[in-house]
Amino acid sequence: MNLGRRQILKGLAAMPVASAFGASAFFSSSAFAQAPATSAVNTTGLAVTDTEVTVGILHSVTGTMAISETGSVQAEKLAIDQINASGGVLGRKIKYVQEDGASDWPTFAEKAKKLLVQDKCASVFGCWTSASRKAVLPVFEQYNGMLYYPTFYEGLEQSKNVIYTGQEATQQIIAGLNWVVQNRGAQTFYLLGSDYIWPRTSNKIARKHIENFLNLKVVGEEYFPLGHTQFNSAINKIKLKKPDVIYAIIVGGSNVAFYKQLKAAGIDLSKQTLLTISVTEDEILGIGGENIAGALACMKYFQSLDNPNNKAFVEAFKKAYGPNMVIGDVTQAAYLGPWLWKLTVEKAGSFDIDKVAAASPGVAFDKAPEGYVRIHENHHLWSKTRVGKARPDGQFDVLYETAELVEPNPFPKGYQ
Amino acid sequence: MFMGYSLGELGSIFAMQAFAGLILFSVFVLMSLGLAIIFGQMGVINMAHGEFMILGAYMTYLTSQAFQAFAPGLYGIYFFVAMVVAFCASGALGMLVEWSMIRFLYKRPLDTLLATWGLSLIMQQAFRSIFGAREVGVELPEWMMGSLAITDTIEVQINGLFVMGLTTLIAIAVYLLMFRSRWGLQVRAVVLNRPMAGAVGIDSERVDRFTFGLGCGIAGIAGSAFTMIGSTGPTAGQLYIVDTFLVVVFGGAASLAGTIASAFTISQAQSTMEFFMSGSMAKVLTLLVVVCILMVRPEGLFVLKVRR
Repeated sequence: MNLGRRQILKGLAAMPVASAFGASAFFSSSAFAQAPATSAVNTTGLAVTDTEVTVGILHSVTGTMAISETGSVQAEKLAIDQINASGGVLGRKIKYVQEDGASDWPTFAEKAKKLLVQDKCASVFGCWTSASRKAVLPVFEQYNGMLYYPTFYEGLEQSKNVIYTGQEATQQIIAGLNWVVQNRGAQTFYLLGSDYIWPRTSNKIARKHIENFLNLKVVGEEYFPLGHTQFNSAINKIKLKKPDVIYAIIVGGSNVAFYKQLKAAGIDLSKQTLLTISVTEDEILGIGGENIAGALACMKYFQSLDNPNNKAFVEAFKKAYGPNMVIGDVTQAAYLGPWLWKLTVEKAGSFDIDKVAAASPGVAFDKAPEGYVRIHENHHLWSKTRVGKARPDGQFDVLYETAELVEPNPFPKGYQ
Repeated sequence: MFMGYSLGELGSIFAMQAFAGLILFSVFVLMSLGLAIIFGQMGVINMAHGEFMILGAYMTYLTSQAFQAFAPGLYGIYFFVAMVVAFCASGALGMLVEWSMIRFLYKRPLDTLLATWGLSLIMQQAFRSIFGAREVGVELPEWMMGSLAITDTIEVQINGLFVMGLTTLIAIAVYLLMFRSRWGLQVRAVVLNRPMAGAVGIDSERVDRFTFGLGCGIAGIAGSAFTMIGSTGPTAGQLYIVDTFLVVVFGGAASLAGTIASAFTISQAQSTMEFFMSGSMAKVLTLLVVVCILMVRPEGLFVLKVRR
């Protein structure tokens, strides 16, 4: 609290000086026209010099979540390198400080505070699980930082200090459900999930949509503890209920066990429709393509998307990290973070957090691998939603994409 | 829940459900046998048990890669080779750990808990550094996938049958080793009275080392078998450790028969309840029942009678 007040005072004191400085710099030297004076673009004491700007990367590279977050770190570093190669942000090179959240939520909060207070990062790209985001959110709000969060998540959140570059639940869920109803004639659904907030909230939205908007039937809904490895009883129940669609939001090691046992139990995913929102190309590496071939996944990005932006992105990613790398939905969303921040800073003409937050709505990025995206007033992204079918080689065939960008709606009416 | 189903359909569902319970039973026995040997015979609480299993799983992965590269024609049988490799690797590492760490801690059982937990963290990070943070996919030979249709509606999983067969074999082997061999006699003698065993000429250090190695080796085989039904990643061992301890403690720590009885009880309870309620609730109820029984019988289901 004390620190906060002191910072505000410092900011106030610096303001007249800064504007005077900015003006003189503008008149005296045209050589700096491309890189505006530091005092003009940084009035709140962020780590910005005449040649450099410091940002933070905050993900787990050790512990349980390292498996998922490694791809995000790689994508963010790739984006930063590319931005630097093309001239940086407001004429400044981006320098990053990387911290390890170690799959532990209090550690995330601690490291977030370090990045904001000690390193004075102009923005932070990071977090993966909702739990880690919830842990750092008060830190970002108290010390007024900027977080670019890449994961698709359950919604029900909005903050001035966060840009959500992944999809919120309604964007991801509704299009997929509509598609299986129209194209597979689905009438009955069986909802499954790991037992924590994201699958539960997502299934709640799915159930409301199925029952109230599509007027169809949910014949079962159940949850398993994180790390559950035995699904034979659940699979027997599914066999008994014979749903048209298995709707699965299982995560982590459980995912692997679930699909292996489904396959072993003789459920053929080319005949039984299974729709998931939790399996990307990353997860298939562990599950094994032959175990999940035929399953449908609904999200905004697949590595196999056929457009020039994506081809360039995949090529650059493989060049940087090796030819065997795969790129999942979240990895692509993480890649958007630094780019969106650069565009927003240039639109605002300033690194100041308040100006960046205010300038964010309307910022559009047309070089995104997933195609054109735009930031909404609620700090989520307008994006297309796609349905893909898993192939035995671990990639997806894109079967469908929405014609228009889907509006993000983190507080959906009628779905709560 | 059963409205609108014919008797025949219900019958086959119950048959498959019984089979699911038996698979779970085999899985529980397989994963807790190694721990039960180490805990029961040596009094060492091996927190790194899960990581020894995952070492076995990674060995399976490496073997499958090797077969794919050098002998694709023999791919159908790689799994048997992989299990032997997994047993040797985990067993050897187990003996090394016993020699370098555990043997100094026999008089301080609580410290073994901390030491082996530290070991589990070291092993996890080693897996991550060597094999990468992502899970690896272990491909099964064609004949081990899918299911056998016994009737039109009853299907049993081939890999489930495989795990059951394997568990039976290993249980019999452990029984013969412990109760019918000279080595087993020595192990039991050391458990009952270490100074006396030493006095009659048993090299108790050697016995300890082999017991620890055997326990870890069986964990390796279990890990190898579980690549069929679960994930192979640096931290996947953590998924099994809670259930493993539950089975061993509930069964009575010093008794192998108790471990098997407890695995049977817990697996049947869990799979039955999972069928009638959601997975999370079934787990909660199972744990509750176990806690209640342990309050009445703190020593577990079976007790080894020892004169103290």
